[in-house]
Amino acid sequence: MDDLAGLKTTPLTAWHRAHGAKMVPFAGYEMPVQYEGVLAEHAAVRERVGLFDITHMGEIFVDGPGAEAWLDGLVTNRVAGVAVGKVTYTAMCKADGGVLDDMLIYRLGAERWLVVCNASNHDKIAAWLRAHAPASSVRMDDRSDATALIAVQGPDARELVGRVANLANLRNDIAALDFYTAFACPGASGEWIVSRTGYTGEHGYELYLPNADALAVWEELLSRGADLGVAPIGLAARDTLRFEVCYCLYGHELEEDITPLEAGIGWAVKLKKDAFTGLEALRSQQAAGVPRKLVCLEVTGRGIARQGARILSGGRDVGFVTSGTFSPTLKKPLALALVEAAVPAGDVMIDIRGKGVEARTTAFPFLAARTKGDPKAPRQLT
Amino acid sequence: MVPADRKYTQEHEWIMVDGGNGTVGVTEFAAHELGDIVFVELPSVGATFKQGDTVGTIESVKAVADLYLPVSGEIVAVNDAVATSPELLNSDAFGQGWLVKVKLSVPGELDALLDAAAYGELLGG
Repeated sequence: MDDLAGLKTTPLTAWHRAHGAKMVPFAGYEMPVQYEGVLAEHAAVRERVGLFDITHMGEIFVDGPGAEAWLDGLVTNRVAGVAVGKVTYTAMCKADGGVLDDMLIYRLGAERWLVVCNASNHDKIAAWLRAHAPASSVRMDDRSDATALIAVQGPDARELVGRVANLANLRNDIAALDFYTAFACPGASGEWIVSRTGYTGEHGYELYLPNADALAVWEELLSRGADLGVAPIGLAARDTLRFEVCYCLYGHELEEDITPLEAGIGWAVKLKKDAFTGLEALRSQQAAGVPRKLVCLEVTGRGIARQGARILSGGRDVGFVTSGTFSPTLKKPLALALVEAAVPAGDVMIDIRGKGVEARTTAFPFLAARTKGDPKAPRQLT
Repeated sequence: MVPADRKYTQEHEWIMVDGGNGTVGVTEFAAHELGDIVFVELPSVGATFKQGDTVGTIESVKAVADLYLPVSGEIVAVNDAVATSPELLNSDAFGQGWLVKVKLSVPGELDALLDAAAYGELLGG
């Protein structure tokens, strides 16, 4: 058994335990890895709607007249000048261009912002922000321990979120909320933030709530969504869901020794910005040629390639698997791999526990996201 | 549920002996712990192994487990159904989810394996 003593809990931990979840240590928290089973949970999100407790994520509020320029100078994407309500996906890099974390930055007001980072990097990012904060004009309020986060994801997510009593009078606003936008509204115990975001590739929402409101909202979503087939979803399915649509996960595709250009999130790196930490290194890398690239692989031989497995092309070691599993939707073993930029498309070998297994590069992404447009549009399977 | 008609290993394999052959699988507990099983690799018929040898691989979405042979012998049959439908291990680990049949070369090895009561204690403790 995994030792769960001394780990942080969420307002929903007791609920998870009482409902048969397998609990595991994750980033210092005791979190549900699965309930019914990863395949059933994965399918629930792709076909209906699922609820995720992702309270472990870090929420750092920033405000003040200097916040806009300061945040913009710390991240690769452009956050200065965006409209209130806009959510921006970005990397935060070291001076050498290596990724400290990927994160969402919310503009909640003219001078008010929210930084949402990975749980595993929360302490590092909080320290980085403190170390780089100007003496005045910016205030930081780390509310990670006071904020619960529930993700509602799947083609029926819009319908379900609109059924929450506290949001009923905002049904039209929820329906009109564009992908990567958010609004704040009052809740029972304080401010709620309703965000049209998620990491599953499906239409979805993330609800930031005061801890005290989390259990009631979770149970309300389950009871009001019973006819929709709503299900609680563990971290295992969260990983397979993001994997199929090729969303990067820190600790896999992103690391301090991987740049965002290598990881394929160059669209979130604005090299034309005047300044941000890592800009010079990333400009140099772009100019010299990005040395590695993230590729999609389909394992054509027998086996499942896991993180760390080496990739061989032309008999040479050219890189490694960053994430690999059996795709529940496409029903075959797939892998993301970071390889030398010169590796041609086509056949490669993967060293799976000492055995060479055939694989070939395939189109990015494995599965097209349905985050925009009709949440129930027919899925295009390749 | 631990069936009393077979023997068990500390590594959560079972073997049910009929004459000189034993049918081998993994226990319901092992299958449940692995989660949804999506890939099974089994040895070739005719191959011979010693007790404790790794003869196959069982993979779930999240994890990989080796299959150890509980006794020495020659593989006389493998369950092709689990290769195409690995979910049989989750739905019926003690029945349709059997993995290989082995012709025992050292029948005395069975004596040191766990009986159902001892295996049940292992799970309980």
